[in-house]
Amino acid sequence: MAWNLDADKPIYAQIVEIIQMQIISGQYKAGDRLPSVRELAAEASVNPNTMQKALAELERSNLIITQRTSGRSVTEDSELIKKTQAHLADEYIRSFFRMMKELGYSNEEILALIKKAAEEGV
Amino acid sequence: MGMEVLAEIKGLTKVYGKTLAVNNMNLIIPKGRIIGLLGPNGSGKTTLIKMMNGLLTPTAGNILINGEEPGVPTKARVAYLPERTYLQNGMKVCDIVDFFCDFYADFDRDRAFTMLSSLDIPFTAQLKTLSKGTKEKVQLILVMSRNADLYILDEPIAGVDPAARDYILKTIITNYNENASILLSTHLISDIENILDEVIFIRYGQVLTHMTVDQIREEQGKSVDSYFREVFAC
Repeated sequence: MAWNLDADKPIYAQIVEIIQMQIISGQYKAGDRLPSVRELAAEASVNPNTMQKALAELERSNLIITQRTSGRSVTEDSELIKKTQAHLADEYIRSFFRMMKELGYSNEEILALIKKAAEEGV
Repeated sequence: MGMEVLAEIKGLTKVYGKTLAVNNMNLIIPKGRIIGLLGPNGSGKTTLIKMMNGLLTPTAGNILINGEEPGVPTKARVAYLPERTYLQNGMKVCDIVDFFCDFYADFDRDRAFTMLSSLDIPFTAQLKTLSKGTKEKVQLILVMSRNADLYILDEPIAGVDPAARDYILKTIITNYNENASILLSTHLISDIENILDEVIFIRYGQVLTHMTVDQIREEQGKSVDSYFREVFAC
């Protein structure tokens, strides 16, 4: 199955997010070796150069480490993975609040709605 | 990222009678890229492709592939999938594979049979007994089984079903060598835009836009498919 990518956002940025998600969710665990660029590109059905660019971005943030001998692997730094998780959570919350405010809700109303949804078992 | 030139097109022009099919076109094809050649019907895509393969002679200008004009040496390094098939209907699939193997020094026989098996194409079937879509698959497999420097594919996926299309795209991603480039023309932009590095929009025989897919998405905030529909709206 090709990865699910939106049509209107840069592809490499979406790949970065998906791989971050795969690391946070434990699909790739701390220290795991990653497949080659070619294999990941085929799995995602994206251009290998685009995959390369996304992996380079993840290397810059240290979430992925490149070893000369053994290719790429996920960082062993579980603190960094937790930080990435917190950062993504923050982004989702902000975008959720933005959309709810466009719908006309205040902060208090939004919190009440979230509480109600959680109690009803979303 | 390096930008080594694989093919260079300068002032390329082709006139048919009073029709200007390709009009003073300039284009650089770098190494290691998958490039979409996109444009409405009659914009000059196939004429350009035929000139790159030495099947048509330019009225003016020139094409250099690996520093040479289209001819026998470039044909040995360019794998070309034409719009229409040229294979003999009476031949068996395996005989056509052998034929290609004899003809092209860069042909990888094992790769061809692996791909034929993956797509459940019977080796001993005569071409005329296969459906139109299956014939197209055979032809594309033959082209992609070469270890060429440049693959030029004229509408490679038009006639095949979506599942086979996905397999073919994956095959393109995994098989092509990282110094090789693929130039492919298609109208099925949304199906292929994720595997492209760059797109070239052609209109009235000239290059209108030559950008990377992510550049278009960043600058326009939309997919190449939507951008194409906007640029070429009738």
